[in-house]
Amino acid sequence: MELTVSDLSVARGGIAVLEGVSFTIASGEALVLRGPNGIGKTTLLRTVAGLQPPLSGAVGLERDAMAYAGHADGIKSVLSVRENLQFWADVFETGSIDAALDAFDLRGLENRAAGGLSAGQKRRLGLARMVVTGRPVWVLDEPTVSLDVASVAMFADAVRAHLAGGGLALLATHIDLGLAEARVLDVEPFKAVPPPLDDFDGAFL
Amino acid sequence: MIALLTRDLRLAVRAGGGFGLGLAFFLIVVVLVPFGVGPESGLLSKIAPGVLWLGALLACLLSLDRILALDWEDGSLDLLATAPLPMEAIVSIKALAHWITTGLPLVLAAPVFGLLLNLPDAGYVPLVISLLIGTPALSVIGTFGAALTVGLKRGGLLLSLLVLPLYVPTLIFGAEMARRAIEGMEATTPLLMLAGITCGTIALLPFASAAVLRVNLR
Repeated sequence: MELTVSDLSVARGGIAVLEGVSFTIASGEALVLRGPNGIGKTTLLRTVAGLQPPLSGAVGLERDAMAYAGHADGIKSVLSVRENLQFWADVFETGSIDAALDAFDLRGLENRAAGGLSAGQKRRLGLARMVVTGRPVWVLDEPTVSLDVASVAMFADAVRAHLAGGGLALLATHIDLGLAEARVLDVEPFKAVPPPLDDFDGAFL
Repeated sequence: MIALLTRDLRLAVRAGGGFGLGLAFFLIVVVLVPFGVGPESGLLSKIAPGVLWLGALLACLLSLDRILALDWEDGSLDLLATAPLPMEAIVSIKALAHWITTGLPLVLAAPVFGLLLNLPDAGYVPLVISLLIGTPALSVIGTFGAALTVGLKRGGLLLSLLVLPLYVPTLIFGAEMARRAIEGMEATTPLLMLAGITCGTIALLPFASAAVLRVNLR
C-alpha cells in the first residue's frame, strides 16, 4: 500500500492555503508535516482524509483507507472509556478493543466516565480509537498535545506497531513525537500566493 | 448503524434532556392553555387537537439543536464522517434516535394530555394515529434543519425559524385528521396526506441533510 498525494492544492474558507503539495508514503513509513501556525497543515490533513475536497490535484487512496484524528477527540463524557472505544469498534466493525486499551494503558480507567478523565487521558483515549479503526492509513493532527513524556513514548510505540503491521501514518506536529525514523516534510515552501481580493461575488460562494 | 443508534439513545438517557425534557415541555404547554383560554370545557375540547399538535411540535423543536450540534462540538461528527457509515445513514439514524427519544414519548403521552384538554372520546384514537404517523416527519425535517445550522454558534433560533415553516403541512393534516374524526367526518384523506408527507420526507430529506452536512464539515 502506498499513499500518493500529487500536486494537491487545498483551501480553507475559500482561500487557497497550500499549493502543489506532492509526496508519497510507502507502507511502513511515517511522514511528519511541519510548518508554522496557520500554514495549512490541518487543512491538508482534512483534505487527505476526505473531509473536504481539494482545490486541485489528487489523493491516491480512497477515504475508506484513512483513519483521521483531529484536535477534538470525539469523546462522549457520559459514556465510560470502554463504551467510547467499543462504539468506534462497532462502527468500524473491528470487534475487540483490548489491544487498544493495552497500547495506551487505559486498563485501569476502563469503567471511568470519560468526562472525568484528565486532558492527557482523554487524548490517549482519542488516540486509542486509531488502533480500533483497523484502517491502514493514520492521519493524525497534533497527536501529542497534552501528553506527558511517558504517554508520548506510548504513542510512538503504537505508531511503530502500526507501521510494522504494514500501515502508514501522516502526522502534523510542532513538537517532538519520539519518532526519529519518520521523514519530515516542511510545508512552508508550498504556501499559496494569495490572489488579489477583487472577486466580489466569489467572496460569497 | 445499530451501534450509533444505541449510543445516541444511551447518551439521551444518561445526559438527560432526552426523554424527559420534551415531554415536560409538552405537559407545561398543555397545562397552560386552559389558563390562557379559560376553563370552558366546550371551547377546550374544540381546540384540543390543534393545541396537542402544536405542543408536540414545539416540544420536538426544543431538542432539535442537540441532534448534531453536540457531535459537532466534541469532534465526533468529523470522525463519523470518516467512518464506514455513509452520511445518509448517519443522518437517518440521528433522526430515528431523535424520534425515539422525543416523538415516541409524545405519542404515548398524548392520550393523557388529551384528558387535560377535555378531548372528546372520538378523538383519542385518531389523535394518537396522526401523531404516530406525523412525528417521524418532524424528526426528519428537524435533522435537516440541524444539519443546516450545525456549524453556527447559538444557531437554535435560526434553526427554529428555518424548520417551523417546513412543519406547516404536517401540522395542518395532522390536526385536521383529529378534528375531522371528532366531528364524525371522513378522516382518510388527511391521514393519507400525512402519511404521504412523512414517507416523502423520510425518503428524500436524508440525502439533502447529508449533502448539507458534508458542506458544513469542510
